[in-house]
Amino acid sequence: MENERLEIHLLLEAIYLKYGYDFRRYAATHTKRRLEHRRKMADFSNFSQMQHRVIHDTDFFETLLLDLSINVTEMFRDPWFYKRVREVVFPYLKTYPFAKIWHAGCSAGQEVYSMGIFLEEEGMGDRVQIYATDFNELILQKAKDGIYSMDLIREYTANYQKAGGRRSFSDYYTADYESVIMKRSLKEKVLFSSHNLVTDGAFGEMNVIFCRNVLIYFNRELQDRVLTLFLDSLCPGGFLCLGSKESLKFSGVAHRLEIVSEREKIYRKKRV
Amino acid sequence: MSHTIPYDAVVIGVSAGGLAALNRVLPALVQPHFIPVLVVQHLSPESESYLPVHLDLRCTLHVKEAEDKEPLETGTVYLAPPNYHLMVEMDRALALSTEARVNYSRPSIDVLFETAAEVFCHKLVGVILTGANADGAKGLARIKAFGGLTVVQAPETALADAMPRAAMEAVAVDHVLPLEEIGPFLNALMCDTR
Repeated sequence: MENERLEIHLLLEAIYLKYGYDFRRYAATHTKRRLEHRRKMADFSNFSQMQHRVIHDTDFFETLLLDLSINVTEMFRDPWFYKRVREVVFPYLKTYPFAKIWHAGCSAGQEVYSMGIFLEEEGMGDRVQIYATDFNELILQKAKDGIYSMDLIREYTANYQKAGGRRSFSDYYTADYESVIMKRSLKEKVLFSSHNLVTDGAFGEMNVIFCRNVLIYFNRELQDRVLTLFLDSLCPGGFLCLGSKESLKFSGVAHRLEIVSEREKIYRKKRV
Repeated sequence: MSHTIPYDAVVIGVSAGGLAALNRVLPALVQPHFIPVLVVQHLSPESESYLPVHLDLRCTLHVKEAEDKEPLETGTVYLAPPNYHLMVEMDRALALSTEARVNYSRPSIDVLFETAAEVFCHKLVGVILTGANADGAKGLARIKAFGGLTVVQAPETALADAMPRAAMEAVAVDHVLPLEEIGPFLNALMCDTR
């Protein structure tokens, strides 16, 4: 058991030194499960063998990189969350002539387009710049493409309606047989770029930051680093929206944010 | 004190028929300083979190929904939230994950049991209750492999017997008990000072 932990430690160190991606402060159990999944699939009997392959085979590393990033999300995931955003965040955004929104760890873009749709419905489409970042270039490209499979759209449509959408969800995409592509006007408002929350720095003066179901994959130390990065990137009074089970309760920065909505995990940076 | 108790945690997996089963087992746990109890009950992703509230009212132990990074406390039952896997971290804090379903389930019993087995090793008790699928069988085998104690609800007392039977096929289970005996059995473990 101890040997295995040592091997994982060395593997993560190798990934960092060779490729610059830093998984050393990810939640250990989670990381181990993801690595183990690939180790079994690729039929290695231990992580040291896999480390050799990771170092010498870039394609294999790319596969592992996808394993290590969780990209399970939906449009209007937790519809009640979006409903609440509309109630408490939009009135604040409307007080600004121009606002900036950051989706950190945007995955394949589902939540970015969800927010884009609501901004359009609130008539704020032209007064907002949306930034969407992820560390994984492949996923980021998917987000840019804005193409989603048709069978997902049924679920997304139901979510959109529950979240209080005001039109027909089909107004926002063009469909062919198997997939849909999001409307151009929604894509044009988003600046997609590569940014790694673990190794990169603060990101502009944001009014709202969305980072949902990302922090749960970090250990407490890294979580605090990233929360501090968010605080440094928010203007005073700006909003931070986390995943519905991500509490600040166990973090070291709770005192710098006020709770706006407990269940929805909507916080606001205190004006000091 | 707790160092005389041979176990550090209990994990329980339950699916179809689970509410009735948990209503039976959890209120029966009455020992003060009962070791932490972690429960995966299969629920639909949209279900409201009334279950912890409901059970908390009926139990001596404090019942709550598990939160990410939450440290484990004695006298507390943690329920996996709907649509998240529940895991145990190396530092014995709870962890949640949205990764893909396992055995068509999120939360999955196997995910909780496997991660808990690695952290608690032989100081873990695994319990499989009623259910209509095979989730938990692999996890219970893992607990057994690490030297933990395995308990399964007697299939004939289960509303759905597939899950207990799958577990019994996968593992040489230590104790197969009728539903009403499981709570008292776990209580007795707390006084056991082997």
